[in-house]
Amino acid sequence: MKARVLVTLKSAVLDPQGKAIEGALRSLGVPGVASVRQGKVFDVELDGGDKAKAEATLKEACEKLLANTVIETYRIEFVG
Amino acid sequence: MKAAVLLFPGSNREGDVARALKHVTGIEPTVVWHAETELPAGTDLVVLPGGFSYGDYLRCGAIAARAAIMDAVRAHAARGGLVLGICNGFQILCESGLLPGVLVRNARLRFICREALLKVERNDTPFTRRYGKGAIVRFPVAHGEGNYTADAETLARLEGEGRVAFRYVMADGRRDDTQVLNGAANSIAGIVSEKLNVLGLMPHPENHVDPLIGSTDGRALFESIEGMLEKA
Repeated sequence: MKARVLVTLKSAVLDPQGKAIEGALRSLGVPGVASVRQGKVFDVELDGGDKAKAEATLKEACEKLLANTVIETYRIEFVG
Repeated sequence: MKAAVLLFPGSNREGDVARALKHVTGIEPTVVWHAETELPAGTDLVVLPGGFSYGDYLRCGAIAARAAIMDAVRAHAARGGLVLGICNGFQILCESGLLPGVLVRNARLRFICREALLKVERNDTPFTRRYGKGAIVRFPVAHGEGNYTADAETLARLEGEGRVAFRYVMADGRRDDTQVLNGAANSIAGIVSEKLNVLGLMPHPENHVDPLIGSTDGRALFESIEGMLEKA
């Protein structure tokens, strides 16, 4: 089973990297970009086909390592 | 006093902090590999040195914070044992939950390598007893992710409990939160745990222990630890 985990900064946390990218897009003349926030994507392959179990595993992975919940939130998506 | 310096893949300041400890206190620390599950018997002080553990992959300090030895460090801290985290060591302490908050990318995105002026906010911790209260000291900083942040509630608690040990200050000794070199909230450079036995700071006191370098402002930190343990 394949899953995608998205880790993003909480909205209240400043994102200097996102700001720099936003500025770069603006200076490149890319139109209509209001703001950019940078995050991380993890593509994970899981053993077995039990979705509920996979979700519990990924939640544990996020809480223990993939996200720092002081500043980040995560979202789990199943692919295909 | 028995001291242990932890070594993670990518640590690179373990030699400097070991040398500083030896130079100031005469104590030769044991270097402990991250995969060990126990600290040497009778360890009084654990030091997490600076560097780039695991190449700062994922988040700085995140992977090292989950190393086997960290359970032993947590138990040591819970017993009241002293823990000192410098630079990457501070990042690891935050990621491990031994200290609150987190260190994120410097506000202006640049790696900062220079001397910083700091105010010793309290001199009643095991790490700062030999400084005068409010003393201004000069320690070097060398980090890309030293921008301390925490939610408003945590910051209020830290301030309310007086747990900020070191703060960045301007040349005139005053604090200016709008001009902090790395953007750290409340100009925070270093904080202590609730029981004051865990200190994490971004600047490097171990760099300033020898007059040859031009400053010995860091000596008192190691003298404080030594005095504390002699008393015990």
